[in-house]
Amino acid sequence: MIAFANTLIFGYYPYVALSVFLTGSVVRYNRTQYLWRSGSSELLRKRELVIGSTLFHYGVLVVLGGHLVGFVTPDAVLDFLGVSLRAHQLLAVVAGGISGTAAWVGLTLLVHRRLFDPRIRKTSSAMGIFVLLLVWVQLTFGLATVPLTLHHLDGRMFQVLVHYVQSILYFQPGGAATLLPVSWVYKVHIFLGFTFFLVWPFSRLAHIWSAPVWYLLRLYQVVRRRKAPARRRGMPS
Amino acid sequence: MKIRAQIGMVLNLDKCIGCHTCSVTCKNVWTSREGMEYAWFNNVETKPGIGYPKEWEDQKRWFGGWQRLPNGEIRPRQGGKWRILAKIFGNPHLPEIDDYYEPWTYDYEHLHTAGESRTSPVARPVSAITGERMEKIVWGPNWEEILGGEFEKRSKDYNFEDVQKEIYGEFENTFMMYLPRLCEHCLNPACVASCPTGAIYKREEDGIVLIDQEKCRGWRMCVSGCPYKKIYYNWKTGKSEKCIFCYPRIESGLPTVCSETCVGRIRYLGVLLYDADRIKEAASTEAVGDLYEAQLGVFLDPSDPEVERQALEDGIPQAWIDAARRSPVYKMAVQWKIAFPLHPEYRTLPMVWYVPPLSPVQAALENGYIERKEIIPDVESLRIPMRYLANLLTGGRIEPVALALKRMLAMRSFMRKKNIEGVPDERIVEAVGMTRTEVEEMYRLMAIANYEDRYVIPTTHREEVEDAYELRGGCGFTFGDGCASGGLTGGAPAQESSRSRPLAFDPAQTLGMPSTGTFVNRGSLFSKPELRERIRAAVERRKALGLAPRVLADGTVQPPGGAPPAPSPA
Repeated sequence: MIAFANTLIFGYYPYVALSVFLTGSVVRYNRTQYLWRSGSSELLRKRELVIGSTLFHYGVLVVLGGHLVGFVTPDAVLDFLGVSLRAHQLLAVVAGGISGTAAWVGLTLLVHRRLFDPRIRKTSSAMGIFVLLLVWVQLTFGLATVPLTLHHLDGRMFQVLVHYVQSILYFQPGGAATLLPVSWVYKVHIFLGFTFFLVWPFSRLAHIWSAPVWYLLRLYQVVRRRKAPARRRGMPS
Repeated sequence: MKIRAQIGMVLNLDKCIGCHTCSVTCKNVWTSREGMEYAWFNNVETKPGIGYPKEWEDQKRWFGGWQRLPNGEIRPRQGGKWRILAKIFGNPHLPEIDDYYEPWTYDYEHLHTAGESRTSPVARPVSAITGERMEKIVWGPNWEEILGGEFEKRSKDYNFEDVQKEIYGEFENTFMMYLPRLCEHCLNPACVASCPTGAIYKREEDGIVLIDQEKCRGWRMCVSGCPYKKIYYNWKTGKSEKCIFCYPRIESGLPTVCSETCVGRIRYLGVLLYDADRIKEAASTEAVGDLYEAQLGVFLDPSDPEVERQALEDGIPQAWIDAARRSPVYKMAVQWKIAFPLHPEYRTLPMVWYVPPLSPVQAALENGYIERKEIIPDVESLRIPMRYLANLLTGGRIEPVALALKRMLAMRSFMRKKNIEGVPDERIVEAVGMTRTEVEEMYRLMAIANYEDRYVIPTTHREEVEDAYELRGGCGFTFGDGCASGGLTGGAPAQESSRSRPLAFDPAQTLGMPSTGTFVNRGSLFSKPELRERIRAAVERRKALGLAPRVLADGTVQPPGGAPPAPSPA
């Protein structure tokens, strides 16, 4: 029974979540652009937000970037670069721990503000509150893995997790079973992680897709033309 | 040279009576929605005052507009692109809603439901954000109306710079004027430059600055980027919104709602031709006081044949060039130099211009309080300090404001002498560097202010760039969410969308008749062949019975009953 639940949650659920994430994102992007937004409430209350949101976002960007690089990079690449398992894990724990703590502090401020500031509370949607709490719980569990990991400094536990994620990403069967002996803290963190992808397209999390990095490449002024210039239409120049 | 056209506006502050009709009609049309209660695309401020939002003119506080760097380049005052991106998580320069005011309504229901009591029931204020009762209203959209509040607060007005403001706090010396404000639809908009997504854009054909509601992601940098604080973040939809210059009206040749409903007839709309290649240079002018002149240098004389040739080549329709020649805005701003941009020192090259107010000196003059200097009164003895007006309109340069006021005084003197004494004294107008014809035209435009002289708006030429076939079945004005139902209340006004339009079916077209209008195809009802066939059969039956309209050979539609179509009133 436990093995079955384990396969269901860590073998199949990730694919459900990721499929919904991908198709949901495309459908929502095409159909409801108007609802595709960051959903900022800074206008209504600024004080806690500027500190909280800035801390959270910078922290979480490092955390997410770390997860992406750490989990997706195949062992072969790490070997080639000469990064040992221990070093890899240490890097993850230190960088993740510091930035995760910053993000957690920031997000705690944001959660406090959202739940206890009447202006923000009254103008919040159920989904908005849910997503905020989901990310907060997820961050908390993520940070809770840090002391656990410190007990296995040899990095073998870490390798199991990395290989599990890679088994999902690279469609290798049997990954879920390797998670059986892993602590429930990691398991909750992994489950919530895929849940995060599940709700991404249907909440304000969608704004992550729209990180405006292209701004750096464009000119300051934007002029939209409805008309092709006359000279292109064959008039003398 | 790259010529573009823009519809600009002039407001004659000399005639503004502060009735707020413009604000109210604008609000009723565009911002009477949840999330936008606090937003006024058009508002009227009493000056001196700190305005709406509080102290909006103080860019040391809000960091709006542009900044000239030592190397001669300009960049948004809130920072270059990297700094703007770094601040999107928490914009430290964003006004909070209390800087505008907390919007409220009243608990009118209580008046109906209150039980019997010794005192009459009261409708208490309720916050439009939280729905909770507000014990005390501390600020509103027009809190300083007619010098409301103490001078101490109002004297924070940024335009008092270099003015000995203390004496204006005294009752005998006090002065006031109204300042209606809307989006300036700048040539060098700082909001556009600040938008990380690129959702804000200037329309090439008429210069209107719009926010693409579908592209806006709510990063809020435009709100702080705009030095006029004329971009409003809709807390309900999470998108920023701004004055759209009533573009659906402008496109049809109609004035904006604020202009149309202006009781004092103070607003003018007309085309200005400008050289887009000169914008950057003008906005980068070193001395703040020279920016007004530099901006004038961007505009082109529409009567110049060379300009006309180039304009046509750049794709500007002939009708627009003709309209530019009759443009009241060109005449007042460029030819007669009696209208000025608001705060040119922000380097945005604003396109809503203001004729400075004059009345106080005239009243004082008529009562004999002010010396007459030769033929026209001495403008230096105006009740409103010249320095104040210059800080507002020319970046501190007094001479252009003085000249404008002299010209307006000269116009009054000349017309008064001509009409009352029957003596057209041309010396008066020559003294201010104008001709009699010019002054008479100025009089017609400013004093008579006929509708068709105030608004010279060429219709847009959409037919040249859009295939009307593709537009059939468009959603028209939606809540910005296309035809998809997002289940969101309080949507935005239709800011233009570049996205594809939904499929549509027009039964009339299927029947080989001229289009009868648009049908939004929300399902696939009409696309089913059998349904189409049934409709065709039904119409054929009606035709046979003489109940359906028929299409004649020349394309006109004959209504049922056989009578020829009535000629359209146009």
